Amino acid sequence: MTPLPAAIEATGLYVARSRSKILNGLDFAVDAGRITGLLGPSGSGKTTLMRAIVGVQRITRGNVTVLGHPAGSAPLRHDVGYVTQGASVYGDLSVQANVRYFGAMHGATAADTAEAIAAVGLGSFARHKAADLSGGQFSRVSLACALVAHPRLLVLDEPTVGLDPVLRAELWERFAAMAAAGTTLLVSSHVMEEASHCSSLLLLREGLLLAQLTPGELAERGRSDDLERAFLAIIKAADRGQEERQVTS
Amino acid sequence: MNFRMTVATTTRVLGQLRHDHRSVALILVVPALLLTAVYFLYENETLAPGFPRTFDRVGLMMLAIFPFVVMFLVTSITMLRERTSGTLERLLTTPIHKADLLFGYALAFSIMAALQSLVATAVAYWVFDLDIKGSPGFVVMIAVINAVLGVALGLLCSAFARTEFQAVQFMPVVVVPQILLCGLFVAREDMNEVLEAISGVLPLTFSVDALKEIAGNADATGTMWQDALIMGGIVVGVLVLASLTLRRQTR
Repeated sequence: MTPLPAAIEATGLYVARSRSKILNGLDFAVDAGRITGLLGPSGSGKTTLMRAIVGVQRITRGNVTVLGHPAGSAPLRHDVGYVTQGASVYGDLSVQANVRYFGAMHGATAADTAEAIAAVGLGSFARHKAADLSGGQFSRVSLACALVAHPRLLVLDEPTVGLDPVLRAELWERFAAMAAAGTTLLVSSHVMEEASHCSSLLLLREGLLLAQLTPGELAERGRSDDLERAFLAIIKAADRGQEERQVTS
Repeated sequence: MNFRMTVATTTRVLGQLRHDHRSVALILVVPALLLTAVYFLYENETLAPGFPRTFDRVGLMMLAIFPFVVMFLVTSITMLRERTSGTLERLLTTPIHKADLLFGYALAFSIMAALQSLVATAVAYWVFDLDIKGSPGFVVMIAVINAVLGVALGLLCSAFARTEFQAVQFMPVVVVPQILLCGLFVAREDMNEVLEAISGVLPLTFSVDALKEIAGNADATGTMWQDALIMGGIVVGVLVLASLTLRRQTR
């Protein structure tokens, strides 16, 4: 297979918000047509990085290029879908009205709307008011509002939080199918077991990129098949490294 | 500007209202009820022969002030919710143009305002025999312009509020001075000079002036059109300011 050009490229990405450094100089590339996992403890800068990629976060220094254009630039607005951690939908509208409205920004048809709702398993709830749904259903409305646009890059911030195991598995299957069809997915999570669904992982900690590797490499480097343990081992190793550097300097 | 996105936004905002029966009822019925109260407030006044009723003056102005106040409140809360729920940020990552969003809002609430002022004007005209020389159609027109002004100011003010509690506090700041100084309580020429000067630049003053023209003349006057035009200009100016508060990027 010929390697596709990278869907996302960041060089020297640095974001500071009111004096505190959130992202501390990141360099990485995300492959097109793959699922890339963005993993790290809460507060590590995952959401800020995703916001910088979709272009709603002002960048202090550095560059982010998405699908060949600067992040957030006008040509990308049809191609990048963003699902925030808290569902950004209208609670006082029906599921269908929500998806139809976001679809209208991309010229989506009624069939696209129905397809996106079915894709997140809410077909029988289409006419329900979003606010009346359960927490997990509500967050899936938000996902449907992104799917309806058929984005080339889909950025998902903790999409599986609050979902039961069956639904989680279904969503990961869907993500895999989308990637197989050429969509690039960037999915954040703080649940390490989900890392196994990704073809590449970005490990983020305190605004720094700890490593970019495959789940297999993570297990190997962390010396554990339990990815959570492997991740903790890598963090501990990084901390030791830091201390050693401080001692020697 | 994209017509389809503007209409989609209007449909969406009206759809949100449609589910909220209580708000729709409040918007449509409350002004008519308050007008009724104003009518009975002046029921026992003794008039010298040939003198107009106070209701004809105050009631008429109320017809223009209600939509302004109501739409200001409704818009600033709705827009604030849009900002805090993340839907605004999400929308601004899509190809929608800021103007589509603002005009979509303005159109949706203008439709509500037109319905509201039709109810209130009909009650004033047919139930309480509001006595004006001009056409009630022009009264509705001025009421709708006022409503759009309320929408525009609401969109702008929502940018300066972080919570719904703060948004409501903008009403005494933005709305009450205009009601005090528009000529409803004291004729403008009888005001303290400073207040008169301030009242001369407040948008509501122009609508009260236009309504006086409608009340006093059988046909539309140049002054009325001029007032309407100035109001329209202010509305566009405020909408432009409001669009500056919609940022695709935040710190």
